[in-house]
Amino acid sequence: MERFTRLSGVAVPIEGADIDTDQILPARFMHKRRVEYGQYCFHDQRLDTTGRPRPDFVLNRPGFRQPAILVGDRNFGCGSSREQAVHTLVDFGIRSIIAVSFGDIFRTNCLKNGLLPVTQPEEIVRGLRAGLTASPGLHLTIDLESEQVIEADGTAHVFSADPFGRSCLLAGLDEIDYTLTLLDRVSAFEAAGQ
Amino acid sequence: MSGTMFEKIWDRHKVHERPDGQTLLYVDRHYVGDDLPLEAFETLRRKGLKVRRPELTFAMPDHYVSTRGRSLADTVDAERRELIEELVRFTAENGISLFPLDDIRQGIVHVVGPEQGLSQPGMTIVCGDSHTSTHGALGALGFGIGAAEVSHVFATQTLWQRRPRTMRVTVSGIPGPSVVAKDVIMGIIAQIGVAGAVGHVIEYAGETIRELSMEGRMTLCNMSIEAGARAGMVAPDEVTFAYLAGRPFAPKGAEWDEAVVRWRALASEADAAFDREVRLDAATLAPMVSWGTSPEDAGPITGRVPDPRGIADPLKRSRIEKGLAYMGLQPGAALEGLAVDRVFIGSCTNGRIEDLRLAAAVLEGRRATVPTLVVPGSGTVRAQAEAEGLDRIFLAAGCDWRHAGCSMCLAINGDMLAEGERCASTTNRNFVGRQGRGSRTHLMSPAMAAAAAVAGRLTDVRQLGMA
Repeated sequence: MERFTRLSGVAVPIEGADIDTDQILPARFMHKRRVEYGQYCFHDQRLDTTGRPRPDFVLNRPGFRQPAILVGDRNFGCGSSREQAVHTLVDFGIRSIIAVSFGDIFRTNCLKNGLLPVTQPEEIVRGLRAGLTASPGLHLTIDLESEQVIEADGTAHVFSADPFGRSCLLAGLDEIDYTLTLLDRVSAFEAAGQ
Repeated sequence: MSGTMFEKIWDRHKVHERPDGQTLLYVDRHYVGDDLPLEAFETLRRKGLKVRRPELTFAMPDHYVSTRGRSLADTVDAERRELIEELVRFTAENGISLFPLDDIRQGIVHVVGPEQGLSQPGMTIVCGDSHTSTHGALGALGFGIGAAEVSHVFATQTLWQRRPRTMRVTVSGIPGPSVVAKDVIMGIIAQIGVAGAVGHVIEYAGETIRELSMEGRMTLCNMSIEAGARAGMVAPDEVTFAYLAGRPFAPKGAEWDEAVVRWRALASEADAAFDREVRLDAATLAPMVSWGTSPEDAGPITGRVPDPRGIADPLKRSRIEKGLAYMGLQPGAALEGLAVDRVFIGSCTNGRIEDLRLAAAVLEGRRATVPTLVVPGSGTVRAQAEAEGLDRIFLAAGCDWRHAGCSMCLAINGDMLAEGERCASTTNRNFVGRQGRGSRTHLMSPAMAAAAAVAGRLTDVRQLGMA
């Protein structure tokens, strides 16, 4: 897995609660091979039925091109367990999502793919989105080491990442390789017949 | 002794606990469908690993399979056919049991697992599919995982998990006529919201739950994820044991007797404390239908589409405004009488034999007036339905009677709605585009979907009178 220490990049406000994984990746693209997979990201909101960009969708607005960070709201990534929703975000260039809360499975899928989910209180998330909407193209910085979201003007907001997920991301650790070092415990558990 | 059923199962499956609270949890049963990204398999090959406990793992194609026939050649395109072939290849390489398309046991993993007796009380059960919460109906801890976690289970038979919180949903009261498990769970989700149980495992309790059949409990637990829950579960009881007894993979003889003793001890203790308590009176419920683009957007069929202007939370108001525009509905419109274009009866939520019986009871001696797709949840369900003559009822009513699969629940096998089409559906999600781009889904019970098929519009099944 790619390491994650500090990220600076264009941040895009995604308005609305309960952004489900069907919106992030419509199911009909789940079977596509992971080649230029970012093209399916928010597909039906980004593109009309003829494949033309919808100018009203935030990711198509000038200033929000090539984003690295999304700022959502409550229950971001609810719905299905499809990890392809995270694949399309990562391949679109997204390395972190800031939200009030996340769907449980989606949050886990993010961590396994080097995409950092950051939880912040409602007022802060809404403040960030308002700032980004007012000045498209603003950068945010996310420092995983110090667990801070830093705005362009230097304002910092502390967050708390899951300690295990954090150490995996910082080290770029492969979780399977790590667990394989604990296999003697798994064997002991199996031998004990549970 | 104190403790919830969840805590008992969790504690028994702890392999290792890190100081930061992450727990390595042992997995008793792993189901594998066909909708994983290829990475899930390639990760193992790249590392030169084999599946650690193939005998605990069961696979079957379900999401991409054509419901028109039982041949791989029926698959809608080569890309999807190759994913099914890849599942066959990977399971063969690793010695995993697979129920192929031409095996009567093939079907949707969440229908097949319980049906074959593979899902049992006290087990930890995972699958790369969010509706794995279904298996909690048997008193198991079943939850959905992502593809990277699937690889992790393949390689180690364990998962890193942080202990979720607990929520008890107590349902009391005798449900009125035609109010079934689907209405109960839709009522719960309408009450607590789609994020209402995030971070929690739900235990469903109370007299109404005890009175539910095993299949009703599966419908209930299935949609726990629609409230954001990690899992949903019901304590095993006589209903559970009667359901499991004699199933192909259930314990037999002395092993069965020992298992039942263990299973009886799983129930939450009387003094067990839950992090949250929610109550619902089932007697207040009517048959439910969803009207928006989130499973929480649901109400009684006798009700009306709400006026978003009356919603205080600006976030919810704006979501519902957009949802109603997408659904082509006006605030204040009556739900009853809304014309539908299609009807879908099936899925891991409502594709079991009892569901088909409920739908057939409404369709018997009547005609569907809109195209109606009936898709059994497994080959076994299909065979049972045919043995009972349900297929003849569906066919006489003009319905399309198909082979098992996920089908139009998420519309990735070729069965899908056209842009703007409105569907009465027994499935679990009414998200934007869920049944095809521009599709409009109304969730409801099998009997309500059958009533919509007959009337061509959303109809209160209680007004139809049973044939």
